[in-house]
Amino acid sequence: MSLRRPSKNQPENFEFNSSSLEAANAILSKYPKGKQQSAVMALLYIAQRQNDNWIPLAAMKYIGKFLDMPYIKVYEVATFYSMYNLAPVGKYFVQVCTTTPCMIRGAYKLVEACKEKISENELELSENKNCSWMEVECLGACVNAPMMQINENYYEDLDKEKTLEILDKILKGEKPKPGSYRGRRNNEPENGRKTLVDLKNA
Amino acid sequence: MLKDQDRIFQNLYNDKGSDLESSIKRGDWTDTKEIINKGREWIIEEIKKSQLRGRGGAGFPTGLKWSFAPKEVGSRPHYLVINGDESEPGTCKDRDILRFEPHKLIEGCLIASYAIQAHVCYIYIRGEYFIDGQKLQKAIDEAYDKKLLGKNSADTGWDLDIYIHYGAGAYICGEETALLESIEGKKGQPRLKPPFPALVGLYGCPTIINNVETIAVVPTILRRGGNWFSSLGREKNTGTKIFCISGNVNNPCNVEEEMSISLRELIEEHAGGVVGGWDNLQAVIPGGSSMPLIPKETCETLKMDFDSLSAEKSGLGTAGVVVINKDQDIIKCMARIARFYKHESCGQCTPCREGSGWMWRMLERMAKGEASRDEIDMLGDVTNQIAGHTICAFGEGSSWPVQGLLRHFSDEIKKRNKFDPFIKEKRNIPYLVDQHLLDKNA
Repeated sequence: MSLRRPSKNQPENFEFNSSSLEAANAILSKYPKGKQQSAVMALLYIAQRQNDNWIPLAAMKYIGKFLDMPYIKVYEVATFYSMYNLAPVGKYFVQVCTTTPCMIRGAYKLVEACKEKISENELELSENKNCSWMEVECLGACVNAPMMQINENYYEDLDKEKTLEILDKILKGEKPKPGSYRGRRNNEPENGRKTLVDLKNA
Repeated sequence: MLKDQDRIFQNLYNDKGSDLESSIKRGDWTDTKEIINKGREWIIEEIKKSQLRGRGGAGFPTGLKWSFAPKEVGSRPHYLVINGDESEPGTCKDRDILRFEPHKLIEGCLIASYAIQAHVCYIYIRGEYFIDGQKLQKAIDEAYDKKLLGKNSADTGWDLDIYIHYGAGAYICGEETALLESIEGKKGQPRLKPPFPALVGLYGCPTIINNVETIAVVPTILRRGGNWFSSLGREKNTGTKIFCISGNVNNPCNVEEEMSISLRELIEEHAGGVVGGWDNLQAVIPGGSSMPLIPKETCETLKMDFDSLSAEKSGLGTAGVVVINKDQDIIKCMARIARFYKHESCGQCTPCREGSGWMWRMLERMAKGEASRDEIDMLGDVTNQIAGHTICAFGEGSSWPVQGLLRHFSDEIKKRNKFDPFIKEKRNIPYLVDQHLLDKNA
């Protein structure tokens, strides 16, 4: 199990703004009547997006009232799933996969790059306060290893140099292009592809 | 090698685009109405005839699973749930289906929903695949626009609504009952079985849960016939399968191949061979991290299917092949996998919650050569106390890789760890397993 703690500095209040409210009501319509608790995960995401990438306790209380469920149940869900950030992580949140398939292709070089560019320790904000990084478990892009995720985007087929370049851009507030950084198409073999060749050339 | 026209996922590498129009050109949605008009018995029979086995890891026969759904819809509605919580290290096939072949999945959902009499289908996608989920949502919207979903879907007379539910980074939610808990808005902690989800599942209603790949191959099987599918591969291990080849190979890739292909062909033909040549191969994890590794000697002749791999005390799992060459420290690789399981244990059952941490810490020390000789047996003992003593299969999943390491590489561990038991040496190590004995002696 992973140990997760809410931030010590918590805002007093939280309320959905009008666009969040609209999104939340759209989510509610997906589930049967009386089963609105199902929407809790999606609503936590909405709160996270609205609140600069992290979920304060006030938001959990608000969602509890919104869905007519006990606060502790919302708290349980928010602390169980690792994608809900319980403390500020910055506008750009870098997650480096270091599970075995990535590790044996050099994921720890990416970690070095993060330490050099962002901060010495995981989940520590960079000097300009807009970025932090973390080692995570398998992100499900193993044939594009090593890779990292920045907010929602995957950056694949990396090495240390390319990671440094990407992080430089992020720290300057630019948006580097997601996808493979060795120029291959998605998950195809880089050289000597032998399948579906007619389609490729058609 | 499998002929290109027998590959189900023609757009695996997104050569042609994933929108509705190009999907129809590839044959999707062409005769959905005719298929459904043949009736649910015919559909289930045809799937049984194809001998399709679930692609999510356990390999349960799909036709049989569908036939468990109650024949009559009672007071409780039926649900179809698609498991797209792909989180097994080494596996990345469902992601390609979600983003490049979404219409195969959606059409499969319609046919499967009809077969089990469900009007609502939830597709559970891991939260990290948000962008890929958005692509699927776009495809679903397209299908609604063209009246392929919703009331009287694709003119078949069947009503179906499909909703996406995003997970939030919990590996355990790939376990079917944990996935249901997660959709219900709770922590993803698995339920005891029985009752099985086919009778008491989502919201207490009959629910059939299938993997993304399983459902996505269904339309093609029904179009080309169960006999076509079962003519590929070998008896009980039929059809095609997407293999994900990662790790120390020259061209890591996803490729759809015939079941029972030899491992060597897979690695050398499609993935460009092992880095440093075949002789530099150390071991292969054949089916995602939960499956015990296979040493080089066995890899020479190994066939990649459910039954040949279980004969080698491993398994096909999700067909995520992780190749490890001799430049890697095999104990470290397994210690990292143990750390993964320690991190992902849901904490419900004590043997798994505590044991996964023990295994990780012991392996970390073994990798550094700090373990004592008697700990090798102790580690084996710990794995046996986890496997089979937990609510879900996570207990097995976390201890099998360690057992695989002990089975094939115990010499390597012994060579590196020559200490007598710490208790004799009186060394003070804070995370010592037999610390309590040391304290007593002091």
